[in-house]
Amino acid sequence: MIEFTSINFRTWAKLGQRGAFFGVAVFDIAEQYPKLMIVTADLGFLSGLERFMNQHPQKFVNVGIAEQNMIGVSAGLADEGHIVFATTYATFITMRSCEQVRHYLGYMQSNVKIVGSGAGLVMGFSGNTHYTIEDLSMVRAIPNITILSPADATESVKIALAAANHNGPVYVRLTGELNNPMVYKEDYPFEIGKAVVLRPLGNVTVFATGSMVYNAIKAAEILEAKGILVRVVNIHTIKPIDEAAIMESTQISKLLVSVEEHSKIGGLGAVVAECITQFGVAVPLLRLGIDDAFKHCGNYKYNLEQNGLLPEQLASAIENRYIAL
Amino acid sequence: METNLKIKTQQLAIALRNRALKMALDSGSNGAHLGGGLSAIEIFATLYGAVMKYNSAKPDDKERDRLIVSKGHCVLAYYTALNSFGFLSDDELLLFEQNGSFLHGHATRDISKGIEFSGGSLGMGVPYAVGVAIAGKRARLNHHVYVIVGDGECNEGSVWEALMSASHFKLDNITLIIDDNKLQYDGESKDVLNVGSLASKLDAFGFKTQSVDGHNVEALYNAFAQKAIGKPNAIVANTVKGKGVSFMEYRKEWHHSRLTPEQFQLAMAEQPTLILKSDD
Repeated sequence: MIEFTSINFRTWAKLGQRGAFFGVAVFDIAEQYPKLMIVTADLGFLSGLERFMNQHPQKFVNVGIAEQNMIGVSAGLADEGHIVFATTYATFITMRSCEQVRHYLGYMQSNVKIVGSGAGLVMGFSGNTHYTIEDLSMVRAIPNITILSPADATESVKIALAAANHNGPVYVRLTGELNNPMVYKEDYPFEIGKAVVLRPLGNVTVFATGSMVYNAIKAAEILEAKGILVRVVNIHTIKPIDEAAIMESTQISKLLVSVEEHSKIGGLGAVVAECITQFGVAVPLLRLGIDDAFKHCGNYKYNLEQNGLLPEQLASAIENRYIAL
Repeated sequence: METNLKIKTQQLAIALRNRALKMALDSGSNGAHLGGGLSAIEIFATLYGAVMKYNSAKPDDKERDRLIVSKGHCVLAYYTALNSFGFLSDDELLLFEQNGSFLHGHATRDISKGIEFSGGSLGMGVPYAVGVAIAGKRARLNHHVYVIVGDGECNEGSVWEALMSASHFKLDNITLIIDDNKLQYDGESKDVLNVGSLASKLDAFGFKTQSVDGHNVEALYNAFAQKAIGKPNAIVANTVKGKGVSFMEYRKEWHHSRLTPEQFQLAMAEQPTLILKSDD
């Protein structure tokens, strides 16, 4: 059994979200669930699955560079009783095989967990073909699929276990680099669909997901030094969204902010906007995320900076909007 | 093929075609996929009547053969076969294309009704069948996976991705059947996208491939009986779109169309009567 200890958290952080998922969590899942099957499209080694392939060759399927086929094969395995994790880069698993995701996971509700790695801008100089900025928007519109986005490597482990235990299709969106900054330094309860309040008080509430949870905390610290108290809520489950957590925030704060390593169109910001419109509450919402553009490529930090997603930039954007209220 | 079985299967095909025409009539102005349904009648009759292992009283039996109907629009052949073998009642068959019904124009997965797979979007069934076949191999189950595609459907790249993997994983527990009726929406398949010989392509993809008359139940039966060891199987069934109704045969207009009562009468007048007798 996996132990959720601070020492392990530090080790997992070094592996990043993907390394923690496929280098640590899957072994625990294989022990708990004999029907586990992992499917990939020529990204076994890159996904950190070498040890798993060697230890569990009968639980591993590599279909080659054929993502559409990967999702179909996964669905066939799932409907024969397997718990299937299928993985490749997030851009390919959600977009090259988008209709397959809709058909097998959405329509047929096959028990497949698709795990997209390298979501957002982390693919650096590989460029826009490898960035994943539209996936939440696309997958969210498909019925029946739970969408999870861990804040750090520890939450990646928790989400892997929760996805295995969840009966139904799931999309897991992995963000960030190796040496994923730690949001969680000690154990905490994780539940699909239940947001985690990381900083409880403030006139501003920041909803953040994935890699941006850490940056939101850093931005909150910067603003606190300037006398602006900021709440931070980790939205690790994009769908189904924790409506109660958003509703509560509209009663506590005068300004809501969403931060995500995803296009400003259709992702977390859109979810929050839809919720507050539905509630009929008039709280302003500042949506921060990736601009609606294919920009020049660069390293991860450069890419975040180009989209205003570094902590200082987030703090500045929030401060400007807050002062203008 | 034993004579009795052959006659029974031929009779079944006649019954399915009659019932399919009635279903199309009953669907009224909604219309039905007549061309590709009628081309597949003998394939379904042979599979359900003589080849596949299943038990309609236990539709989720682990050892059942799996039929993945990727060519989801051939429901006139599929639903009538399910009806003949106890998966769908006569009353349920009347629900075809009615508002709120589970019998869509493309079959939707429902194991309790013997429907393994949701078809409709082309190129989806073969990858799924490969997954089912891998699961069967690894669990050492003794079942066979049959997957039916259309020749037009083979325009889809996902079909060929899946065929490569079936061959790579040496899935001799899978048989691909191509209902090669040589017509698709926009006309003759060779004019829309000329893919040349499907059989030689399947050979090149590592399949044991047989080409047969897809309206000859004995030829189909014999082809199903000759399964390869260590490689997947394929049967290219040479068929006629709209088979059995003179004014529908070879005509793309009958891919999906409504059938008027007058046309229904004309079509039924052309059908052979069920006078063939088996020895039992």
